Amino acid sequence: MSNFGKTLKIVLGLAVVAALILVPMNFNRYGLFILSQWAVMTIAAMGLNLTLGYAGQVSLAQGAFVGIGAYTAAIMTTHGWPLPAALVVAIGLSFAVGWVLGYPALRVQHHYLAFVTLAFSTLAFLVFRNESWLTGGIYGISNIPRPNILGFATNRPLPFYYVCLGSLAIVSLAVWWLIRSPWGRAFMALRENPLRAQSLGVDTRRYTLMAFAIGSALGGVAGALYAPLTQYIDPVPFNLSLSLDLLMMVIVGGAGFFFGPFLGAMIAVLLPEWLRFTEGYYLMLYAVAVMLLLIWSPTGILGILDRYMAARRTKAASALRAVAKSRLETAQ
Amino acid sequence: MSNLFDLLVAGLATGAIYALVAVGFTLLWQTSQTINFAQGEFVMLPAFLMLAAMHVGAPFWLAIILGILLSMILLGLAFKMLLVDPMMRHGVLPLAIATMALAIGIKEAVKQFFSAEASPFPSIVPTGDISILGYAVSLQSIGVLVVAILAVVGLTTLLSRTSLGHQMQAAAQNPTVARIIGVPVERMILLTFVINAFLVALASLLITPIYLAKFSSGEVLGQAAFIAAIVGGFNQVRGAIAGGLLIGVLDNLAAAYVSTQYRAAVPMIFLIVVILFRPQGLLGRAEERTV
Repeated sequence: MSNFGKTLKIVLGLAVVAALILVPMNFNRYGLFILSQWAVMTIAAMGLNLTLGYAGQVSLAQGAFVGIGAYTAAIMTTHGWPLPAALVVAIGLSFAVGWVLGYPALRVQHHYLAFVTLAFSTLAFLVFRNESWLTGGIYGISNIPRPNILGFATNRPLPFYYVCLGSLAIVSLAVWWLIRSPWGRAFMALRENPLRAQSLGVDTRRYTLMAFAIGSALGGVAGALYAPLTQYIDPVPFNLSLSLDLLMMVIVGGAGFFFGPFLGAMIAVLLPEWLRFTEGYYLMLYAVAVMLLLIWSPTGILGILDRYMAARRTKAASALRAVAKSRLETAQ
Repeated sequence: MSNLFDLLVAGLATGAIYALVAVGFTLLWQTSQTINFAQGEFVMLPAFLMLAAMHVGAPFWLAIILGILLSMILLGLAFKMLLVDPMMRHGVLPLAIATMALAIGIKEAVKQFFSAEASPFPSIVPTGDISILGYAVSLQSIGVLVVAILAVVGLTTLLSRTSLGHQMQAAAQNPTVARIIGVPVERMILLTFVINAFLVALASLLITPIYLAKFSSGEVLGQAAFIAAIVGGFNQVRGAIAGGLLIGVLDNLAAAYVSTQYRAAVPMIFLIVVILFRPQGLLGRAEERTV
C-alpha cells in the first residue's frame, strides 16, 4: 500500500515536470512570461517558506531581497558582466543583508519582528527610488540583456522560460536537501520551541540568523532572474506589496510544507490571469477567494490535504484495530 | 520661527488623525489579537460611502451620518462576524493574511465601483486662517485637532469611567476571568470592532478633505497608524495616542528639514530604533514571552 503510494507520487511528480517542460512549447509570448514569473516567484516564496514556515521567523521583507537581487543583476549585466557572476554577487549581497536583518529577530519576535522587517522593506524601496546614480531612480534600468547559457542565447521567451524552470529545479533540490539535513531539523526545532531547542544544545542564535540569511539569499536568486525576465526594472514592483504578496503565497499554499510555495505562487500569479475574463473584477475575486480559502483552511491548501490524509490514516488505523479486536474476541 | 509653529500645528493635526486610527488598531489587537492590515483601507472606504450618499442626493450632514453608520455595519459588525470570528482561533498569522486580502478587495472594489481618480471631498471645517498668538494658523488644522481630541477624550472616558468600559477592559485583559465574573466577553469584543469602525470613519471624515478621496490612499495611512501604534505601545490606548501625535509631527518636520525624498524613511528608522531598544513601546508595558 505504502509502496504503491510512493510509486504514485513519483509518477505524478514526473508527469508534472514533463508537463512543465512540454506543454509550454506552443504557448505564446505572454503565457511563457506568466509561467516564467511563476517559477521566479516560487523561488522567492520558497526562501520565505524556509524563514517563516520552517524556522518560524516572520518576515515582511522578502520583496526587498527580490529587489536587491534584481538591481544587482540589472546593474552588473548592463555593465557587461555575465549573469552567473551577477547571480553570485546577488546571492552574497542578499545573504549578508539578510544576516544583518536577522539580528532584530534575536531580540524581538512575532508581530514586532514583522514590523521591523516591514520598515526595512520600505527603506529598501526608498533607496531603489532615490539613489538614481546607481538604480536609475524612478526611470529604472532598461535593456537588461538575457544570458547565454553554454553558448545558447536565451533571448527568446521559450529558452528563458527553461532557464527559470531549471533554476527552480536546482533551488528545489537544494531546499529539499536542506530541510532534511540536521540544519532543517534545527530550523523546525526553532519554530516549535526555541527555549527547548536551546536547552538541547541547538545554537538558536546562529540558526535564527541562518534562517534569515538563506531565505533572503533565495529572494536574491529570484530577483537576479526577474531582471532579465522583464528586461526592464523600476522601483515600483519591489515595494511593500511584493513582500505582502509573497507572504500571502506562503500562507495560502501552506507554510511549512515543501510544495506550499509552488501552489501559493500558482494562485497568486496564475489565478488573477485566469480571472481576467471578468475584467475589472479579477483582483476583487482573487481577494475573496484567498479569504474564503483561509476561513476554510487557515493552514493553506496543503493543510486541507494534510488533514484529509491524517483523517484517512486514523480511519485506516481504527479499522485495523477493529479487525484485530474482533479477531481477539473470536479467538477467546 | 513662524514656519516651525505652522509645521508643529499641521503635524499635530495629522498626528491626531493617525492617533484615532492607531487607537482603533490597538483596540482590535488587545481584545482579539487581530492585526488588521486593512486598517488603512478602513479609513479610505467611509469617505467613498459618504460621497456615494451625496451622489444619490443626500445633504452633506446626512451623508456623514449614513457613512458612519454604514461603516459601523460593514467594517465593524460584518468584518468581525464574517472574517474575524471564523479565523480567530487559528492564531495571529492566518488572520493577518486574510486582512491583507481584504485590503486588496476593498481597494479594488472602490476602484471598480467608484473611480480610479482622486475625488475632492468637502471639509467639515471652513477653510481659512485665524491668528493665534500672532501666528496665522489654518482653521482646518484646528478643527481636526478639536474633533480628534474630543473623540479621544470621549473614548478614554468610556473606557475608564463607565461600567461598559470596565467590562471591555476586563474582556481584553483576561477573557477567562471576565467570563467567570459574568462579563459578556463576546459582545464586548464585538463592541470594540464597532468602536474601531466609528474611529476610522471619523478619521476618514477628517483626513479626506486634506488628501482627497482615492482608492490607494489607505496604504500610507495604514502604515502610519501601524508605526504610531508600535512606537507608542501596542497594548496601551494612551500609547497609541502619543505615538500618533509623535509620528504626525515627525513626518511634517522630516518633510521640511530632511530631504523630501527620504521623508518617509524617518518614521521607519524611528520605528526600528524603538522596537530594538524598547519593544514594548514608549508608553507600553512589557509583555511576557509566551514561550
